[in-house]
Amino acid sequence: MADFDEELDASGLNCPLPILRAKKALAGLESGKVLHIIATDPGSVKDFEAFSKQTGNELIESKEEGGKFHFLIRKA
Amino acid sequence: MEQKKLAIIATKGSLDWAYPPFILGSTAAALGYEVEIFFTFYGLQLLKKNLDLKVTPLGNPGMPMPGGMEKWMPVLVTALPGMEAIMTSMMKKQMASKGVASIEELRELCQEADVRFIACNMTVELFDMQPSDFIDGIELAGAARFFEFAGEADICMYI
Repeated sequence: MADFDEELDASGLNCPLPILRAKKALAGLESGKVLHIIATDPGSVKDFEAFSKQTGNELIESKEEGGKFHFLIRKA
Repeated sequence: MEQKKLAIIATKGSLDWAYPPFILGSTAAALGYEVEIFFTFYGLQLLKKNLDLKVTPLGNPGMPMPGGMEKWMPVLVTALPGMEAIMTSMMKKQMASKGVASIEELRELCQEADVRFIACNMTVELFDMQPSDFIDGIELAGAARFFEFAGEADICMYI
């Protein structure tokens, strides 16, 4: 997993909480900084793709590891 | 790019149907939409400070019950006293165990994200509701006010 500036553990949370928490965490970051999100909701994979497309925050990485989903999002 | 707009009419006041307006409203706001929710008739229950929302299998053959009970349980049984309270408590427990947010939490997230809540003035008066029973930040208005926003909206839904 590449470098990141802040981490958000959204494990155990269901739709739409991972997205809402991520949005909040990104709001506190400067442009260009990277947020690492950990989630267990399988729906979050498609949701973070859609979130990235619609908000312009780049989804750098999306992968499953150890039963959890990991996302790296760079703030636009 | 101009900000997209989502207009929602929330008409239902049960625990299950309280979810769609707040889930979609908060998510749209997170995606950058400007959102207004117009609460009318039973939807006004969703604005109360003290939420007492319930869910009932009565008249709802599609509602799954623990152990597939809905497949054999006679409809009359779902009307027995206490059934509503039992089902509501089971639903809340199930939601908490699956990491589903509470209505209070989603409603707060909506307000934090500047989702605007409008209470239908006519139904507030019809039901003798007290606006002081509602959470803060609610605008009281009529149908024309809804269209002012909905007419410009990219998405409009009736829930």
